[in-house]
Amino acid sequence: MRRTPAELVGAEPGPAHHIEFDGRPVPALPGQSIAAALWADGVLAWRTTRVGGRPRGVFCGIGACFDCLATVDGRPNQRTCLLPAEPGTTVTTQEGNGRADLAV
Amino acid sequence: MPTSPSEPVEAPQSARYDLAVVGAGPAGLAAAVTAADLGLRCVLLDGGRDTGGQYYRHPAPGLGAARPDRLHHGWSVYTGLADRLAAHERAERVRFRGGHQVWALERTADGFAVHVTRGPEAADRTTVPARSVLLATGAYERQLPFPGWTLPGVVTAGGAQAMLKAGLVLPGRRIVVAGSGPLLLAAASSLVTAGAEVPAVVEATDYLGYARRPGVLAAVPAKLVEGAGHGGVLLRHGVRLRPRSAVVEAHGTERVTAVTVARLDAEWRPVPGTERRIDCDAVAVGHGLLPQIDLATELGAATRTAPDGAVGLRVDARLRTTVPGLWSAGETNGVGGADLAIVEGELAAHAVADRVPKPALLRRRTRLRKFAELMAAAHRPGPGWTGWLRPDTDVCRCEEVPVARIREAVDELGAGDPRTVKLLTRAGMGWCQGRMCGPAVACLAGPGEPGPDRRPLACPVPLSQLAAGPSGEG
Amino acid sequence: MLKTQRPPLDVVVVGAGVVGAACAYYAARAGLTVAVVDRGPVAGGTTGAGEGNLLVSDKEPGPELDLALLSTRLWRELAERFGAAMEYEPKGGVVVSATAAGQDALRAFAAGQAAVGVTAEEVPAERLRDLEPHLAPGLAGGFHYPQDAQVQPALAAAHLLREARRMGAELITGETVTAVLRGPDGAVRGVRTDRRRLDAPAVVNAAGTWGGELARLAGAHLPVMPRRGFVLVTEPLPRIVRHKVYAADYVADVASGSAGLQTSAVVEGTPGGPVLIGASRERVGFDRTLSQEALRRLAAQAAALFPVLADVTVMRTYRGFRPYLPDHLPAIGEDPRVPGLHHACGHEGAGIGLAPATGLLISEQLTGKRPELDLAPFRADRFPADTGTDA
Repeated sequence: MRRTPAELVGAEPGPAHHIEFDGRPVPALPGQSIAAALWADGVLAWRTTRVGGRPRGVFCGIGACFDCLATVDGRPNQRTCLLPAEPGTTVTTQEGNGRADLAV
Repeated sequence: MPTSPSEPVEAPQSARYDLAVVGAGPAGLAAAVTAADLGLRCVLLDGGRDTGGQYYRHPAPGLGAARPDRLHHGWSVYTGLADRLAAHERAERVRFRGGHQVWALERTADGFAVHVTRGPEAADRTTVPARSVLLATGAYERQLPFPGWTLPGVVTAGGAQAMLKAGLVLPGRRIVVAGSGPLLLAAASSLVTAGAEVPAVVEATDYLGYARRPGVLAAVPAKLVEGAGHGGVLLRHGVRLRPRSAVVEAHGTERVTAVTVARLDAEWRPVPGTERRIDCDAVAVGHGLLPQIDLATELGAATRTAPDGAVGLRVDARLRTTVPGLWSAGETNGVGGADLAIVEGELAAHAVADRVPKPALLRRRTRLRKFAELMAAAHRPGPGWTGWLRPDTDVCRCEEVPVARIREAVDELGAGDPRTVKLLTRAGMGWCQGRMCGPAVACLAGPGEPGPDRRPLACPVPLSQLAAGPSGEG
Repeated sequence: MLKTQRPPLDVVVVGAGVVGAACAYYAARAGLTVAVVDRGPVAGGTTGAGEGNLLVSDKEPGPELDLALLSTRLWRELAERFGAAMEYEPKGGVVVSATAAGQDALRAFAAGQAAVGVTAEEVPAERLRDLEPHLAPGLAGGFHYPQDAQVQPALAAAHLLREARRMGAELITGETVTAVLRGPDGAVRGVRTDRRRLDAPAVVNAAGTWGGELARLAGAHLPVMPRRGFVLVTEPLPRIVRHKVYAADYVADVASGSAGLQTSAVVEGTPGGPVLIGASRERVGFDRTLSQEALRRLAAQAAALFPVLADVTVMRTYRGFRPYLPDHLPAIGEDPRVPGLHHACGHEGAGIGLAPATGLLISEQLTGKRPELDLAPFRADRFPADTGTDA
């Protein structure tokens, strides 16, 4: 069994809570970003692109590339690598520009 | 004139700071605490919640990490700076403002208005008045596209490190590290230490560039020790270093499942017949760093091109940019690492306070800058990298612009420079504003060193905040 | 210096923006041998900073509207061949008014336009949101102009130039014209660039904001000055704005001679996704400084027209400099003072829209045909020598 990042830094996190991702609960540790919680759950993609409908998730991890956008608590285009995973945060896979409801 | 160190900075909303430091990484932190030591009323702004920037990125308190130092080289340097900052904050000599993303600097009659959008969700805006501004906005990674690089599981080397350092997570179990530059060894070393398997570190150069100037290397033994440290870790974990090679394709449909690695010639052209497949569930890739200088170039600050083609700010020996009142320290002046950033932060603070720094500090900067130039020269991308592209490879990730469309713009529509390619193809017009595809687009647009990118808004700003107009600091 | 090795040129077009591209396209189509030379790249000046407005709605009856109506017809012809490539959209314009008095003014304006062939349909307040569902409530009414259209300016210039090149034209970018060559009789004989000499009996000045400088090289006075504008670009959105939509003040701003900052947001969607919000007007020379006040007003006005925009993000802003002449009409046609020098510049913010008409008229003049419009109002010698010194 290999070591985990948490073991490496001797982490004793506060109690885990849950966020909701596409309708199912995903555990999150206090202080983790939404993207980190999703990675920890084995999820790598939470957006599909506007043109090709391709899956995307974290690329740069520091807020520069905007690939990790998702709809968070109903607001589209949120950078999940920056947003903390708060208890009860609702994350939805974002399709395209995430604002299809505005189309006329 | 600077106020005395004992005078608190708690001030009415309209009061100016002597100095606004933009970016709380190594350079900005060092600058802010030094400026406060020297009596300046200082505000330290950063888009992130905490200080540290990308280099000293660390777990949030809630994760209860007892040994964050195990993910960092030189962690005690950071804690030293952070302790000094905390002391200055308690004495109200410095304010740290996290979650403050600066999107524009505006010159005013008596200094600058620093326009900020706040919080990770850009919830509201504020405007910070300051007599002088010190730019310490660091760098972001240079990317070169390859077939499959948009697959989930392909992340930047710095991104893999950032997610690990801050969130204690990994993108997969078996991670190929690829690209070029010293960050690769650091990233691979962190990943294996944290439990990942790294089947290969794929480096496009052969590192011979370093050997040509041994005198410069010998002058900075700390760099050798750091490099040797990463090398030792990788050796212990049986990580294979593949020099003069590149990941020329990532395979998979919904996520990456393998990569093809090929040997490169001296020009970075893939050598046919040398391809080999490596199974993996993640790839961490990067080709060095690019200075983040939008705030300064928008004000017309002069730039210079480093030996690796990266455009940084031109500063004088006192770290002044060509814009009066605007200083710059660290990676913004050309990528050179945390040690150099700290030295430059201290030097710039002295210059802003009109104090003479210790000569040793100046000598150290000269030495580290020389080393940085050497590293840059060694890792300059060779022109042959475009040989691994295919017509349908997306170059611009945001707008999904493939190689073929860019070539059409160049070959048939008369585009010969990055700006025209952008106008004709939308490459670089998406959310990231060309930060990911810029170097590749410039390369495909034709020969010639492109000038600095122009981004009047250094980050996206909610329309409602533009409409609201400037406001005092809240 | 490179040696000239080509069939003799009939005309050198200076400027590879949309106007120069249209001049080259129509000249090549008329059988002329053309070279286009620009100190920068294709669409590197005002064209690359334009929104692509093809408007008749904002023009009062007169020479500019005549040009615009001719252009409307020509854009439709061009669109049959290049429409998708140029992102041509015959989307129509909607001009709205916040007050009953404003609506009365629009009605009078539209009546004048109707007399010369502009189609304008009055839209009562209660029907505005049938046309534009996201429009703010409470507007007094508006007018629908089905002839207004949109094109992506850089693509339009590039495809016109590509077609001109297919017909034999040569495109030379990155070379600065350093002299306009003239014979002993004063007539134009070509140009010299920093790399070569291009001999031709005609030179077209399509140099946009730098048109005054080029005229000066030929010994002619033409007071072209820059009028700065900013455009806001939002995040990619679905179609939330169907037409080009603007408030009635825009017409007054376009026509105004004021140096001060004027903004009246024109809001429009694009095939690429972002909504464009333009554009401010300011006479500040070539000052590139980002104007917080211009951004504020554009954003506020756009949100006032379309409250839904208050919730979106602005990804970028860009600026450009419109080339204008003191009476806000372009200079089109041969300069009576310098035989062989043809002007095609000074279109201010309407250059994209007016490009095809300009190109066609110039080519007609070059080939000795009678131009379809009277070029007298656009004569370059209509300005006294002491005008145009405020930039």
